[in-house]
Amino acid sequence: MAQTQTSAIKLPPLKKLTNYPEKLAPGHRLCAGCGASIIIRQMYMVANALGYELIWANATGCVEVCTTVYPYTSWKSPWIHNAFENAAATISGVEAAYKALKKKGKLPTDKKVKFVALGGDGGTADIGFQSLSGALERGHDFIYVCYDNEAYMNTGIQRSSATPKYANTTTQPVGSESLGKPQHKKWLPEVAAAHGIPYVAQVSPSHWKDLMEKFKKALLTEGPSFINAFTVCPRGWRTKEEEGMLVARLAVETNYWPLFEVENGKWRITYRPRNPKPLEEYLKIQGRFKHLFKPENKGKIEELQQEVNRHWDWLNKMEELTNREE
Amino acid sequence: MAKLELKYGNHACAEAAVLAGCRFYAGYPITPSSEIAEKMAELLPKKGGVFIQMEDEIAAMGATVGGSFAGLKAMTATSGPGFSLKQENLGYAFMVEAPCVVVNVQRGGPSTGLPTQVGQQEIMQSLWGTHGDKMIPVFYPGNVQEIMEETIRAFNWAERLRTPVVLLLDEVLGHMRETVDMEQFEEGKVEIWDRKMPKVPPEEYLPYKPEEDGVPAIAPYGTPGYRGHATGLHHDYTGFPTTDPEMCQELIERLINKVKSRQKELERNEAYKLDDAEVAIVAFGTTARAAKTAVDLAREKGIKAGLLRVITIWPSPEETLYELAKSVKAILVPELNMGQYVLEVERCAKGEAPVYRLNRANGKIIYPHEILAKIEEIVKGGK
Repeated sequence: MAQTQTSAIKLPPLKKLTNYPEKLAPGHRLCAGCGASIIIRQMYMVANALGYELIWANATGCVEVCTTVYPYTSWKSPWIHNAFENAAATISGVEAAYKALKKKGKLPTDKKVKFVALGGDGGTADIGFQSLSGALERGHDFIYVCYDNEAYMNTGIQRSSATPKYANTTTQPVGSESLGKPQHKKWLPEVAAAHGIPYVAQVSPSHWKDLMEKFKKALLTEGPSFINAFTVCPRGWRTKEEEGMLVARLAVETNYWPLFEVENGKWRITYRPRNPKPLEEYLKIQGRFKHLFKPENKGKIEELQQEVNRHWDWLNKMEELTNREE
Repeated sequence: MAKLELKYGNHACAEAAVLAGCRFYAGYPITPSSEIAEKMAELLPKKGGVFIQMEDEIAAMGATVGGSFAGLKAMTATSGPGFSLKQENLGYAFMVEAPCVVVNVQRGGPSTGLPTQVGQQEIMQSLWGTHGDKMIPVFYPGNVQEIMEETIRAFNWAERLRTPVVLLLDEVLGHMRETVDMEQFEEGKVEIWDRKMPKVPPEEYLPYKPEEDGVPAIAPYGTPGYRGHATGLHHDYTGFPTTDPEMCQELIERLINKVKSRQKELERNEAYKLDDAEVAIVAFGTTARAAKTAVDLAREKGIKAGLLRVITIWPSPEETLYELAKSVKAILVPELNMGQYVLEVERCAKGEAPVYRLNRANGKIIYPHEILAKIEEIVKGGK
């Protein structure tokens, strides 16, 4: 049912989308080239086009710190910051109270409102994970957006469970005893999907149309949705500020960051690179993987490529399995 | 021959921990303590130690207890909200007698507060943050050299008494670069204490039976033949849970007394120009640095001021504070909170001298001239 509803509602063309007033005001202190604000603005375009008001709960992190430097705020929406570990719990409370007030007739019932929890990968996959899981299980009507920049960037590039293997971070630094993080990245959207929630998607701002379509679906979905967004971090990844979208595009084109969605249990890869590029092309433009190109570390890139392939194969199997005609 | 090195406060803490024998660090990023974790991540692998970043503060404290029970000297460091999250496991560490050092680089609170600015608002929480009765040593150095000394002292007492020890720093100290004389920290010069091991054969072994000093000798997990049980529940000598009222009372009294009875040994202060002082300042950490200058400024103006810089915050130096109150006309307690340690000073002074306060909790330090102004006010008879 949800599918017919969402496909019937079309997003206006890009020219019109960009004409809506900005709801994340400029002047915030996010770094030059940061991917997070781009993602938020792309999401706002969708909300604007569909006439939705967004109500945010923001976990501690780069976005929270940089968009609300006292006495200013970039947010032209209701917005709350609570702590590091509880964006999903906070939005649960807000959503439940809103529902109750609406039921009592104390709030208008015709207003299109969507609750969004926003957190980085640390605030989502690590310290906020319990809170996220609880909110997804209880089935609150909200979207959780994780802007995944693959480490604790706000406190100074410490590793997280979303940091990819062999990336250089300040708490797993590359040196004589270490090649960076020894573990692979957590499959966060897959874990979210395991809650059996109506909608899960992975997006990249480089593929903005795909991102907007997915955010549209999340907006129109009743119940919890989870979106994992690729968020380039020039400071933490040691990439060039102006190359952010190139990095994001390469992440998708190498299958490092597959674009997929899980809609009511059906897995679907939403973009298939015609000729996937070797992972090396994605790694070589990032300083955090520089050590992998030294002759003594030969074979490590191949190991990472194998993990990318394994993930891609797994997603393809899930797609096949969940879309089989019975 | 002095061996001077310029050191960053948080790094000094990490280096001293390794010197003290710390080989296990579980942490989580939080400002302004992250540099301790980062330094440990660099140092420990080279020493064959374990650095492990956990998924949150709760887990970091849990892993610290686990690392300690497995037999390694263990540490974690945090700030503000992280210290709050650690409290349950800190209480557990106290109950199961897991030696460990918990560093809290204080920032402005409450809640997320002032992450990048200084505070001294966990003076009470460092002791009373976890539920239930408790007494643990809490040390608070006042300069980078002392950060090294106190970190080592924290490990030594943690191991000797089988207790968590809280090391309080503050944002200013943690982020301060200062000269340290490394001579005293050279190999072989540092006095290191290790936890005691059971002296009895396995069949006579009772993990929670205290020895004469009130401290049990608990074998590290996995020591062949030495079987035991660890639980946060009240327990008897075997470590297994009990609700026997006599046993429960004995346990809680022992846990508190093993620390409290050594108050004199644990006590460390610096007395500055107190001999003839009429107004005494009681201060610690960053604020004590300003207080010292204020003492000199006051003396230039002919006011006999002095400073008692408290380094062992808990258990508090009761007698020293009482004697101080008897010898001066007034006591001033400046602190970066809304009035915490002043309550302890008032209690210990027993009315022998009026105790004044100077409080601030806005992320800014208290300056010497502000303390001086307060001293002048007190001397003039105002408040």
